[in-house]
Amino acid sequence: MNLERRDFLKVLSVGALTAGNVTSVFAGIRKTLSADAVGILYDGTICIGCKACEAACKQYNDMPPESANLEKATGVDGIWDESYDLSEKTLNKIKLYEHGDASTRNREENGFAFVKKACMHCVDPDCVSACPVTALTKNSTTGIVEYDKDACIGCRYCMVACPYNVPKFEYAKAIPEITKCEMCNHRQAEGDIPACCEFCPTGASLFGNVTDLLEEARKRVKLVAGSTYEYPMRSLDEGDLTPKTVAPYINYIYGEKEGGGTQYLLLSAIPFTKLGLPELSATSSASKSEGIQHGIYKGMVAPIALLGGLLYGAYQTTKNSEG
Amino acid sequence: MHEKQALGGKLLTKPFWVLLGLAMIAGLLLIKRFLFGIGAVTNLSDGYPWGIWIVYDVLVGTALGCGGYSIALLVYIFNKGEYHPLVRSALMTSAFGYTLAGVSIFIDIGRYWQMYNVFLPWHINVNSIMFEVAACIGAYVFVLWIEFSPTFLEHRKSLETKRKLNKFLFFFIALGVLLPTMHQSSLGSLMIIAGEKLSPIWQTGWLPLLFLLTAITMGYAVVIFESLFSAVALKRPLDETPILGKLSTMMIPLLVLFLLLRFGDLIWRGQLGNIFNDGMLGAFFVVENVLFLIPVIMLASAKNRMKATTLFWSAGSMILAGALYRFDTFLVAFNPGVGYHYFPSASEILITVGIISIEIMAYLIFVKKLPVLPAIKHS
Repeated sequence: MNLERRDFLKVLSVGALTAGNVTSVFAGIRKTLSADAVGILYDGTICIGCKACEAACKQYNDMPPESANLEKATGVDGIWDESYDLSEKTLNKIKLYEHGDASTRNREENGFAFVKKACMHCVDPDCVSACPVTALTKNSTTGIVEYDKDACIGCRYCMVACPYNVPKFEYAKAIPEITKCEMCNHRQAEGDIPACCEFCPTGASLFGNVTDLLEEARKRVKLVAGSTYEYPMRSLDEGDLTPKTVAPYINYIYGEKEGGGTQYLLLSAIPFTKLGLPELSATSSASKSEGIQHGIYKGMVAPIALLGGLLYGAYQTTKNSEG
Repeated sequence: MHEKQALGGKLLTKPFWVLLGLAMIAGLLLIKRFLFGIGAVTNLSDGYPWGIWIVYDVLVGTALGCGGYSIALLVYIFNKGEYHPLVRSALMTSAFGYTLAGVSIFIDIGRYWQMYNVFLPWHINVNSIMFEVAACIGAYVFVLWIEFSPTFLEHRKSLETKRKLNKFLFFFIALGVLLPTMHQSSLGSLMIIAGEKLSPIWQTGWLPLLFLLTAITMGYAVVIFESLFSAVALKRPLDETPILGKLSTMMIPLLVLFLLLRFGDLIWRGQLGNIFNDGMLGAFFVVENVLFLIPVIMLASAKNRMKATTLFWSAGSMILAGALYRFDTFLVAFNPGVGYHYFPSASEILITVGIISIEIMAYLIFVKKLPVLPAIKHS
């Protein structure tokens, strides 16, 4: 038994495994917005909770309403939409925050506020990094996170990865798909804007170029509460403005930094954590996971070196044996 | 060359019928799953997209299937020929464990008819840890059956083919060490992307190394546990105790390294105190690490290592520890947010039980019909 070879192999195998791991530094912000990236600015302070966006979303994405068992039993199915949260049939959802006597809008104590949940269209999406078969992709121009059912194997790793629990799976179907908001890319292809923005009566859901929307959001959080501001309706480019009284904004744009940034931005007068939005670090989890994985597998050097050592070892030990 | 022998004996024993019954119940439930969707038989939800089919059948199942990997590493790479008698049965258990993990993945994924996309170059995503895991496990199932094939060839007396295969076997042995090294570590990396949804007590960049260390250790524990268990269950002499005792020493440094890394990382990240902040998770953490510590303590003395009962219980504790560590990382400490809960449904559990039954039935058929276990020495 030659000791040298044994030691060499030990060093090689242990070293190959750990080297990448130890030295890999978590990647920082590594992806930036494309200049033509589009997004939605949702301003919860001017939302009235009418759910016109939800109805429009369902209509233009062919999503059926969700109804309660009682309605199903009495045979009057499909009039009232009863989804509890985002689901495989509900791609956007208005939710209500209530506290105490809920007497005043946009107030944390004894008040109420609205929030809209939908895909955040992350700048560096964890779901896209997670998908083993490239069924989820980030459009290089619009930045929309898109889904291709013909690639998808239904492993649901995107659902594990998404910090907002956005991708949904059709558990009740034998031939299931993942469903998520694709920012009405079928409407955008025909020059229209996302249905939720088109049919929002107050301008709470506002479509536009993400850079422009960020600028608009920065302007709004600086506004003096009680003053009047001309809020754009539907789309930033449309130029249709409506004057409204400014609510006491929290000086924070949710989505500007979360997980490396998102193309869906939110404004609110009450803390975002109260609205069920997660507190996230400024870099995506994908940057950490890919940083480690690519650290270990950089240029496939470590696996190939390890395989070389293993081939040598296995050959030496088996060449004289009968098996 | 160590003599191997088929056990022979009656196949359709009473336990075998029970196992067959359990497998058939699972089969019926699977018909339901494929006709009415995954929701018809599981408690999976939008918050908990993975349940016991992934965590038990795939994560724990393949770690339990690491016997072949761990022993091959010793025998063929570190040239410890004395463990050669253990190779064949370890490879067999690995082949079953991994094959059935593959079957479980097929059952669990929603769009199974497109499963092959994972191997199509124009579909794969090299950034995806899931791609690495899927491709590696797929390849390893194939490698395991090639590594095990000399047993079939011996049984069929195709000695010429066996001799030819032996010339190339070193290549598959090397792959059979490389692939598990890659995917067992990547199975841990899978959860890094879950980010803040996984408790900081478990969420760390060291997940790949922690998973790899426990997978190798579980591999040794399974070989020990299975040898002793099958010796008692199949009424064979406990001839292998000395070599198993020697094998058990491999677990100690691996476990010490694991515990140092686990606690060192928690201290480094300032998360050790969190164990006391979260009652339930803290309790799971303590139980998990006590189970890891038990084999270290029980196997510390050479005298203890020669006792079959000590070996049996320390290996059992190690298996439970590794299994719990996986359950904690993927389910217990995974919190997608308020309002989501998961506990497996009866159907979900019965399908997993059915798969385990098939594994045990296959084991019984193989050891009784094929030359897998070392021949009993008659003196």
